[in-house]
Amino acid sequence: MNDIVIHHESEVIGKALTALSGILTRPWSIMEICGGQTHAFMQTGLSAMLPDEIELIHGPGCPVCVTSLELVDKAVAIAAKENVIFTSYGDMLRVPGSESNLFSVRARGGDVRVVYSPMEALQIAQKNPQKEVVFFGIGFETTAPSNAISVIKAKERNIQNYSMLVSHVRVPPAMHAILSADNNRVQGFLAAGHVCAVMGMEEYFPIAEKYQIPITVTGFEPFDLLRGILETVRMLEKGTVGVVNAYERAVSSQGNKQAQEIIEQAFTECDRQWRGIGMIPNSGWKLNADYAQYDAELKFEVGDIITRESEVCISGLILQGIKKPNQCPAFGTLCTPQNPLGATMVSSEGACAAYYRYGRN
Amino acid sequence: MDSNNAFEYFTCPLPIPTNQEVVIGHGSGGTLTKNLINSVFYEHFHNPILDQGNDFAELLSESKRIVTATDGHVVDPIFFPGGDIGKLAVAGTVNDISMSGAIPRFLTASFIIEEGFPMKDLAEIAHSMQACAVEANVLIVAGDTKVVEKGKADKIFIATTGIGFLESDLHIDGSQAKIGDAVVISGTMGDHGIAVLAARNELGFTTTVKSDIAPMNNMIQTAIAASPNIHVMRDPTRGGVATTLNEIALQSHVNIVLEEITLPVDKQVQAACDILGFDPLYVANEGKVLFITPENEVPSLLEALRAHPYGEKAAVIGRVERVVDSPMVLMRTRIGGTRIVDMLSGAMLPRIC
Repeated sequence: MNDIVIHHESEVIGKALTALSGILTRPWSIMEICGGQTHAFMQTGLSAMLPDEIELIHGPGCPVCVTSLELVDKAVAIAAKENVIFTSYGDMLRVPGSESNLFSVRARGGDVRVVYSPMEALQIAQKNPQKEVVFFGIGFETTAPSNAISVIKAKERNIQNYSMLVSHVRVPPAMHAILSADNNRVQGFLAAGHVCAVMGMEEYFPIAEKYQIPITVTGFEPFDLLRGILETVRMLEKGTVGVVNAYERAVSSQGNKQAQEIIEQAFTECDRQWRGIGMIPNSGWKLNADYAQYDAELKFEVGDIITRESEVCISGLILQGIKKPNQCPAFGTLCTPQNPLGATMVSSEGACAAYYRYGRN
Repeated sequence: MDSNNAFEYFTCPLPIPTNQEVVIGHGSGGTLTKNLINSVFYEHFHNPILDQGNDFAELLSESKRIVTATDGHVVDPIFFPGGDIGKLAVAGTVNDISMSGAIPRFLTASFIIEEGFPMKDLAEIAHSMQACAVEANVLIVAGDTKVVEKGKADKIFIATTGIGFLESDLHIDGSQAKIGDAVVISGTMGDHGIAVLAARNELGFTTTVKSDIAPMNNMIQTAIAASPNIHVMRDPTRGGVATTLNEIALQSHVNIVLEEITLPVDKQVQAACDILGFDPLYVANEGKVLFITPENEVPSLLEALRAHPYGEKAAVIGRVERVVDSPMVLMRTRIGGTRIVDMLSGAMLPRIC
């Protein structure tokens, strides 16, 4: 049964690729915003099957990669404190800070734990009332509702020893930043399907209008990705702009209202520093005044942090879609997943790691 | 003060609970050590060689070619669905020896135990070691016990060393993969890794996945009988199938090309991996074997494996091909693309979304 489905999939992909080639009249540069999509393109081998006319520009949609160096350094400083249990999603542990990373803190005796959700961190806080438990709350709109719930529950249950180091980022402001840059090459976008499942599609219409660009809400399976490209190319070839939903089974135009309310309850918009890109106005969320007591940046004294980036790493240019990982002189030599110079080589959703693991050349 | 009281006065005021937990004295080499060895280890492992009670074991060689392997076992948790650290300690070393084609015969075991370790857990571990040793037809012929202070070890560590005999003129090793050979796996990938993660309660959801941990020596002997020219045999433990095949590709200077649709993965394991961002190709196995063997021996090998309880889901998963650039493992994906399958770098980390 499975084999039949799978063979069918390869046939469907073949047909879609033929259809795509059929409508292409010239080269197009399309950005997949989301690191999960970059990963899926490489993992399934789809990127290499696309017609030569399609250039994929890998977007900054990897929360691990864009978490600012300053926040990574703050995480390292907080995690090294006595009496702190520092909890994080696994792939943040290897992200290089200026001097150190969370793995090194753990090796030196710090209590750094991998958790699978912020609620697990909250449970650790309840079980260890004498310790301060900090969760590294990173992510886009997708993880924001669950991170928000952890502080909402902490307040409901009057848990005082829990806090969150927040590094939330939002997709639409990043698209504005990319499209308004002088050296922008992006002609069409694959918007991240799961982000739209939470937030809906409304935020994307003004972007399509302002920059006269097609945007396709796209899923993560090989056929979803190919359909996203097909819809985008159709609009590009016809010279139309707008937002098309090619991930109808998960995304409604309104998004998930309940999740949006939860986000609104705990967070407020703020300017956010993106690693490798710089400050993007209103591109982040931080805990609002009602939940400020759970803000680890306010709870712990971790000022006077002097950040220092690797001089060789070009992850900033890669995150902006200006360069490809294999155009970096350090790629695969000085910089590998074992010894990452930048965050894009760490996360499995980082473009450099995806190139290294699945493509290399 | 009468004499009876005086005796009590000079005795250690803290009674040592000899039956409930392992205490520091159990590693002292004195009476307590002897009690522990008698009540737990001899009780379970006893055999004529061990029963001689020496600090050494004298063994008779059954062949000119002797194969040995050693392995330290540190697993958390020590009990998990499908097995425990004891079974792991026996099966792990039995399997290492078996991968040469040799027949494992003897094991030694060294225990490092944290003070306070429950005696009943130790007995359970010894019991499962012996059950596995009986299944694998090996004798545990020598051992050692050390007890360390609380916090200086995590519950219990077990190191085992094995000896096996290679009677035939087999030359199975990682450098022998030949262009045109088939790559066969004896069953589903990743069961052990996911079972252990689930037992740590780290998944946030429950599964009924059991570790595949088992001694492979009996199945391997039937495999060798069915496919006498097997070129490479290896158990894809830590780092999983991807890492093991990368090692073989490098050693043999070949490319190994996998077919994604043929890879056997249990549905629950696949689902757990999808949620956590793991790839079953990198998840540890403890009861699987990878065979690289000439194409014409594949039908008889598959038949023999599938007839064995540990090999029911055996499958051909790829081919050995000529090196194009540098030795690597590639995969033809289910949609017809091709990608590199790299070694695991560092620890496998669950990704954020």
